[in-house]
This record gives sequence, C-alpha cells and structure tokens, in this order.
Amino acid sequence: MLSRVAGNIYWLGRYLERAEDMARLINVNANLALDLPKGLSPIWGQLLAITGASDDFPEDVGERQVLRYLISDSGSNTVSIIASLAYARENARTIRDVIPRESWETLNSVYLQAKDRSQQALTKRGRYPFLQSVITECQKIAGILSGTMNHDDGYTFLKLGRSLERGDMTSRIIDIRSENLIPDATTNRTTFENLQWMSVLRSLTGYQMYRREMQVSIKREDVLRFLIQSPKFPRAIARCLYELSFSLETLPNHKSVEEIVKRIEKQLKKMDYKRLEQGELQNAMDMLQIGFAQIHNELSLTYFGVDAAEEQKQRVA
Amino acid sequence: MGIDWQDYRYPGLYDELIEPEGKPRPVAMRLAEHLAGLENEELNQLKQAAELSIQEMGITFTVYDQEGGSIDRQWPFDIIPRVSSKKEWDVVAKGLTQRVQALNMFIDDIYHQQKIIKDGVFPGQLLKKSKNFRSQCVGVNPAHGIWAHICGSDLVRHDDGQIYVLEDNLRVPSGVSYMLENRQVMKRVFADLFGDFGIMPVDDYPSQLFDTLAALSPRPGDDPQVVILTPGIYNSAYFEHAYLAQQMGCELVQGSDLVVEDDDCVYMKTIYGLDRVDVIYRRIDDAFLDPDVFLAESTLGVAGLMRAWLKGKVALANAPGAGVADDKVVYAYVPEMIRYYLDQDIILPNVPTYKCLEKKDLAYVLEHLEELVIKPANESGGYGLLIGPRSTKKERETFTRLIKKDPRNYIAQPTLNLSTVPTMIDGAPEPRHVDLRPFVLSSNQAHVTMGGLTRVALGKGSLVVNSSQGGGSKDTWIIDEEN
Repeated sequence: MLSRVAGNIYWLGRYLERAEDMARLINVNANLALDLPKGLSPIWGQLLAITGASDDFPEDVGERQVLRYLISDSGSNTVSIIASLAYARENARTIRDVIPRESWETLNSVYLQAKDRSQQALTKRGRYPFLQSVITECQKIAGILSGTMNHDDGYTFLKLGRSLERGDMTSRIIDIRSENLIPDATTNRTTFENLQWMSVLRSLTGYQMYRREMQVSIKREDVLRFLIQSPKFPRAIARCLYELSFSLETLPNHKSVEEIVKRIEKQLKKMDYKRLEQGELQNAMDMLQIGFAQIHNELSLTYFGVDAAEEQKQRVA
Repeated sequence: MGIDWQDYRYPGLYDELIEPEGKPRPVAMRLAEHLAGLENEELNQLKQAAELSIQEMGITFTVYDQEGGSIDRQWPFDIIPRVSSKKEWDVVAKGLTQRVQALNMFIDDIYHQQKIIKDGVFPGQLLKKSKNFRSQCVGVNPAHGIWAHICGSDLVRHDDGQIYVLEDNLRVPSGVSYMLENRQVMKRVFADLFGDFGIMPVDDYPSQLFDTLAALSPRPGDDPQVVILTPGIYNSAYFEHAYLAQQMGCELVQGSDLVVEDDDCVYMKTIYGLDRVDVIYRRIDDAFLDPDVFLAESTLGVAGLMRAWLKGKVALANAPGAGVADDKVVYAYVPEMIRYYLDQDIILPNVPTYKCLEKKDLAYVLEHLEELVIKPANESGGYGLLIGPRSTKKERETFTRLIKKDPRNYIAQPTLNLSTVPTMIDGAPEPRHVDLRPFVLSSNQAHVTMGGLTRVALGKGSLVVNSSQGGGSKDTWIIDEEN
C-alpha cells in the first residue's frame, strides 16, 4: 500500500466520522435547547467551544450563526458537516482506485445532496431530516466499506482514522458539556441536570447503551465512567483506544504508535470519577486530546511520510 | 407521442442510424423501433435517469477552477447510441491493427537504422522538424519492438459512407474510461434493451490492458508490479487514471510516490518500505517524465526514470519517443509505411492528404486552396489552420506565401462532412456530428476495442466534439446481426 494512499484512507475515515459526529451533536443540542429554561442559550456557544472556534464569535452568539458555521460553512472552517463531507470526498476521489466503487458513489451523492440541502438545514423544520440523513448516509458508507472492501491494510487505516476521530470527539464533548449549565437557584434543578447528562449521552448515542450497561440512574460520575472507561460502548474513549491498538497490531512498524496508545490507556485507568472536580476533568480531557494528537503525528511519521501530514495540514490550514 | 422517424429527414447528411428518407438502417432497426415506442415522458425519464447515474457514479472530467471548489464537471452524455454492424467493425478493427503495427515498425526503424529514409520512402528532413523525436531513444529496444502500446485513432465517416482515419494519438490517448462508463450508464438505463440484442460487450478492456502491460515486464515469470503514473487530481483525465487503476487492481501513483535508487530500479514508497515497480503506464507527457533529462522544473515526473528505462529495469508505456509518429505530416505517410513494412495495401484509408513537400501535390494545393483544409505539421489544437471554404482572399494569399516558403511544413485535406447520429435536443432527436475513437493495444499481441468512444458535437452544425468545448458523448454499439 502506497504511503500517500494510506494517508488518504485514514483521512477519509476521520472526515466521515467527523461529519457524522457533528450531525449527532447538533441534533441533540437542538433537542435540549427546546427543553431548557428560556434564556439558557450558552449551549449553542458550547458547540463552538467543542470545535475550538469560540474565540471567533461573540459570547452571546445565536443559534442561527452557530448552525451556519457548523453545518454549511465551507470557507475557513474545516469542521462543518459540508466541509467534512467535501474533504472526505476529496480524499476518496484521490483513492478512487482503492475503495470500492459503491462507497465512492454513495459518498459522492451524499456530498452533492447535503450541499444542495444545507440551506434547508438552517431552518428549524428542515434541520432534523437533514441531520438524520447525514447520520444514516455516513453509517451506510461505513457499512458498504465494511461489507465490500478487503479487510486489508487500507481498511486498517480507515479504522484507525475513525477510532481516533471518535475518541477525540468524545473527549471534547465531555470536556465542554460536563460543565454545569444550570444556575443553582433554578427550580427543578435535578430535572434539568438530568436532562443535561442525558443529552451528553445522547450526543454520543449512548443513552440506551448506558441504561443497559450501567443499570443506574443518570449520575455525573456514572455517565463519566461509562463514556470514558467502558470497554464495550463503541464511542467510549477506552473502547476507541482498544480499537486503535487492535488495528495497529496488523501493521508493520507499529511499536512507536502503540506505545503512545498504551500510555494513554494507563492514564485512563487511573482516573477516579467520584473525586474528579470539574477543573481536573477538563485537564484530563485536554491531556487526552494532546495524546490523540501525538498518535496522529506518529502515524503520519511512520506510515504516511512526513509529506502527507504536511500536505494535509496545508490543506486544512 | 414519441419519436416519429419519418420526421427525422436530413438529406445531404450521412446519418449512422436513419436513412435519408426517414427509414432506420437495418442495423439500427430494433433500436429505432424501441425508441419510437416510447412516450415523450418516458424518453425524458430515461434522459434524467442517465444524468442521475452519471452524477452518482461520479463520472466527471476535470476543469481546473481557480476557486478550487468545483473542479469536476459532469460528463455530458446522450442516450441515443451510435450503432454499427459487427461485419463493418471487423474490417475497421483489421485496418486499425494493420495501421498500428506499421506505425510501431516505423518508430522502431526511426530509432534504429532508419531504413525507410535510406530507401527514399520517408523524407528524412521531416524528422529534423519533429517536435516529438527524442534523440535519447536512439538504439533503445523496448520489449517486443513495440513503442506505442496504447493507441487511440480518431475515425470519421464522410458523406460518401467511407470511414477514414483522421489522426493517430500515440502519446497518452485518453477517453477509454468514458467508453466503459457510457456502457455502464446505458445498462442501468436501458436494461430492457440489452441481453437479446446482440450488443458486443466492451468490458474486457481493463483486463486486456493489464495483460498488455504485464507482458512488458523486465522480470518475466514473477507477478509483475504494474502501476499507473498520473499527474494528479488536477489533470483533466484524472478520473480515467483512477478508473483504470481500480479496474486493473494496480496502484495509481504520482511522481512523488516513486523513486529511482542507485541500482537503477524504480521503487514506490509504501507503508512497508520501498517496493520495486516493473511496468509504468504513464499518463504524463515525455517532457515531464524525468527532470534529469527533460524539463528540469517538472514536479510530475521522477528523477532518474529515463536512466532506469534505458537500462531496461522498468518498462514505460507508451515508450518515450513514440510521439514521433504522432504528427500530421508523418500521418500522411502511413499508407506508404504499410506498403513498405508490411507489403500490404491500407485497409482503413487516411483522409486524402496532399503533401506540399511533393511537387505535384503542391501545385494542386495552391490551385484549390478554397476547397481544402491546410494544416501545419507541428501545430496542434487547431492553431495555424486554413479552412478553405470559410477563408477570405487575404488569408488565402497569406497561406500561399507561407506554403511556398516552407512547403514541407504543410499538408492539405479536403473538407469532410462528418456523419451524424440522432441526438436528443430539447426532447426531440436532431442530427449531430460525431467522430469515433477506438483504442488499439499492442504488446505480445494486439487488441482493438469493440467500438470505441463516440464523441458528439452538441451545437447545431458544429464539428467540435471536444468535451471542454461543448462536446458530449454516446455509447457505441457494435451489433452482431448473425445472432
């Protein structure tokens, strides 16, 4: 497998996952916004914080502005759904010879449709069907790839990209959304707190699985334990790391990357959720994100040739 | 109401499907009946279905757009195919095989003893003017003596009913992927027509291409490592490069993926380290192949590639220097080449060509400028042409001076009236001019595609079939009437 191609498949995996995650996140946020007491608009600002873009917007940024940025903006923004799909498509186009034709055709039509309909997505009524179709179509592409592509090195790089992006997204969501939204004086405080933690779970489609695995009510420490340490939930950070090291084993020269993964896994095991204050939690999540970036750099260095990483950086920049 | 072929009457044009009095030709009878049996609405639905398939399949050609975003344009496609009988095609295929065989012998001769020049059949002075003659290639012996492994010749039918060869593309001819994709689209859209219709399949091209390339490997016996070298996603034919790599299951590489080591072998950079490459189907021009030998500023090529090729460590298809036979004046000598090398008469005629180099032709050309198209030898893309019937007196005087000054640089051809195929324009069929590009593969054996890429000029009366200038394409059906 060509180094350049390995890099492209890896990024294809990342961008596909990013588009899907973003769609889920917006969807759940929109739902939550309907339930929260009036005037609690910071939840839209939080979405910007998750993508690291809050500095570019005023503090009282409104729903429509945020949505435009996260859904349809394709200028400087590389995290919007449309931009992610465009990058996924671009990477796929470069490796059309490697991925199954059906997956390319699906991705191509998803991108074209999403681009066509992204304006509708900014309306309250058009939003849900748009986001839902992005989610299902991304899942469909993942399914086609899993079901028709050789599970060879190329597929391994796809999984690496997906797992890394997924773990990274989970850590970002925990980082931002664990902050208490609800002022202490609010009546029905518990109800709203419950809603908040449910929405964190739902952003990661984890509500139902949380109930099945934990069989306890929605509590901060349990939700955190589930999202960070569960070995079974596919979007839990520990699970993503497990997928990473499992995938790496089939690749040549994987020692240096694996060491970083193992180190992060160790950090995770040491966390004590009961006593984790908000500040410490956020520090821990920041550490994780730095770890993920290290994994990415090491992958680029080992497999894609430094050039590939540089090139991608330039394109993203 | 659907199509009534009686309304489709265009005397004075040769139509591939419909005779002048509005009766379908025998080979097109069933297709014409099928189309006539459709309601207008159904025809429109078919057209839309075809367009949708093209969009979904991502069949595109690339136009570089400064703003970056949309660099792909959809492939313009017409749903009414061009139809020919297998009986006629067999003759065309034989003619193409003969032609490409002679062209390859010519190239090999030119880079060795130049017997054809010594024997006075081909004027040696023409070589000195050739832009595509590569002195670096003198004395090289590519496998099987073949230089042009993939050739795309452009064919046209004149209103006399005869098919002529308009030109041969021996460097990096493109279009074959569109031939294959057009068929895929038609199968999706006209599923009910295939099967009992005797339409000859075209899908074996990628495997024929792979066999052709694999036979060039300098390390026979092993599984040869064949790669396609592309200039990258901004090239107008990138879609085709990716498509062929996918269909052949070989790597699609860019110059930066390859490296020539001290052992003169070519390697590609993989996640496992360096991996030796045996055969490169290069889709970049000679001039960009190797910055050490040709254009130093080329970033598309691979430094040392020519060294590896000259030492026989890697095969290049087409071979560098093959373009020497891809030249308008050389074209004029193909009938002589076929007689000289093969001792045969030409099966598929050239467009009659007057070589101003020869006294008798020169006199004729100067007297008949008004009826002829005058082409300079070393220009391409329509530069420096004189189209006689549309020229002014002043232009003709200029050309008379130019030709007299340097007669060997000019050829002249009669103007051709290209044949037409019914094409859906605003919901009804109208005649539009077409040409046809079949592809000929040569290494240890020869293979001609069943049909080829039919390009159609979509503007009324237009003869410009290029996709970048409003041209489209059609599927090409070779029908075996005996079945």
